[in-house]
Amino acid sequence: MSLSLDDVTRIANLARIELSEDEVHTALAQLSNIFGLIQQMQAVDTSAINPMSHAQDVAQRLRDDAVTETDQHALFQAIAPQVEAGLYLVPKVIE
Amino acid sequence: MQWEIVIGLEVHTQLSTQSKIFSGASTAFGAAPNAEACAVDLALPGVLPVLNRGAVDRAIRFGLAVGAKVNSPSIFARKNYFYPDLPKGYQISQYELPVVEGGTVTIHVGEMEKTIRLVRAHLEEDAGKSLHEDFHGMTGIDLNRAGTPLLEIVSEPDMRSSQEAVTYAKMVHSLVRWIGICDGNMQEGSFRCDANVSVRPHGSERLGTRCEIKNLNSFRFLEKAIDYEARRQIEILEDGGTIQQQTRLYDPDKDETRAMRSKEDAQDYRYFPDPDLLPLEIAESWIAKAKSGLPELPEQMRVRLEREYGLSSYDTSALTADREIAEYYDATVAKLPSDPKLCANWIMGELPAYLNDEAKSFDSCPLSPVQLAQLLMRIKDGTISGKIAKEVFKQMWSKAAQTATAWKNRDSKLDDNLADQIIESQGLKQISDSGELESLIDGVIAANVKSVEEFKAGKEKAFNALVGQVMKAARGKANPAQVNEIMRRKLEA
Repeated sequence: MSLSLDDVTRIANLARIELSEDEVHTALAQLSNIFGLIQQMQAVDTSAINPMSHAQDVAQRLRDDAVTETDQHALFQAIAPQVEAGLYLVPKVIE
Repeated sequence: MQWEIVIGLEVHTQLSTQSKIFSGASTAFGAAPNAEACAVDLALPGVLPVLNRGAVDRAIRFGLAVGAKVNSPSIFARKNYFYPDLPKGYQISQYELPVVEGGTVTIHVGEMEKTIRLVRAHLEEDAGKSLHEDFHGMTGIDLNRAGTPLLEIVSEPDMRSSQEAVTYAKMVHSLVRWIGICDGNMQEGSFRCDANVSVRPHGSERLGTRCEIKNLNSFRFLEKAIDYEARRQIEILEDGGTIQQQTRLYDPDKDETRAMRSKEDAQDYRYFPDPDLLPLEIAESWIAKAKSGLPELPEQMRVRLEREYGLSSYDTSALTADREIAEYYDATVAKLPSDPKLCANWIMGELPAYLNDEAKSFDSCPLSPVQLAQLLMRIKDGTISGKIAKEVFKQMWSKAAQTATAWKNRDSKLDDNLADQIIESQGLKQISDSGELESLIDGVIAANVKSVEEFKAGKEKAFNALVGQVMKAARGKANPAQVNEIMRRKLEA
């Protein structure tokens, strides 16, 4: 599978990363290298192996359902650029 | 051309946990803005999610209730998109290996029974709320809801009308409350539906292009949105057009759906396993424990009521539509097992009428099943007529309502004899003493010579008039069957 310049631009846009023309070319080369590595790995027959979803072979630890947090919104909002009536204000978004 | 409507639903149920799915912040509704948004919910740097056991347990219960497979391991994934009410820039959801896979829900539309297959049910976190008004051109963000646990229940496209879709949604709504995993409060957004709607020529096997209608928070809107959307698609196709796959919103004021302004890449969520969360292992012993804790399910109870009491499927569906009614019915019929139908009639008729008037639920009903059963017993043993029973019931209600405690919350058995007390103190007992009835009837016959003559001339109507006079004289308390019998005997003598 080979990656095009358009793919790189699109991925960058989805991730909200601004890339210059030069950077797109660099990223394309680097990403293509990674894809090459993946291709190499795909030569191994893994049909009998369960996909690994995490690098550590341990199970998720769970917490009991209990409220342990208190209201600290004043503290959190002290570093927010703009706040009103307890709400964080952000530039207008409309669906 | 004949068109067939094809519908699949995604139901988002808010799980009834105390705390959020990945943090220890409270999920209580109605708090001041951002009072329940902790560092994890705000996605401050360095925080890590820790999964809530209560959320997983509720998902397992749902899986068992619909006969689905509970996956172990189950994997959490990041669903990536940017929106200010989602501070992390991704929603933690599930993609591959959701906690619940498969299963079915049985619905009854009229006399028809239909099985709706489920694709999956997965755990995920809710986003915050955006408020677009009143902030001088800015948007206000409240993150209290961010991180609230949701179980998204996804059906196969197995429904063929808005009626089936609504029946299915109501069934799921009833089930999640029945097994105690969701409060089902639609005003507070605890239960919301997305509907996938497409149409195809009748008899066609291929699915048409679908549109997804988002965020339907009432059964009525669900029905109207589907009806509108199906009409819209049929009109486009009949005019030779094609359907664009898109996400739409329903506008209840205009009763129409319209396309959400969406960027072309909005659907590209780039799911990948969340490295912050390890695979979720669910031990067999956990599933077994959840199974043993499940109550009798609505469908099982429905079958039991039909088999044991011979009730119609209409009655059993109504009595199992809601766990509260079902429990009330079970408790009533336990006291009056000789007449399950009489219990059903009152619990589906008289009682809800009074409850609705005061916006009460069965759990908060002031009259207990024991009190109701005694009243019904007095109809059954002939102490009072059905008509007088309604009067007694009215008085029982106002008496019980004074104490204002719901039957479920009181343990006092003091008022178990409320019906008898009222019947006794007001002399409402039916006159069944034949001597007393005979003298009443004699009086009526003597005073209504004309009617008696008409009856003797063959006018059956005159007989009813005479019986009516007796009932009037007895102020409704005469046993009608007995009056009929004595009257006929006297007139035909």
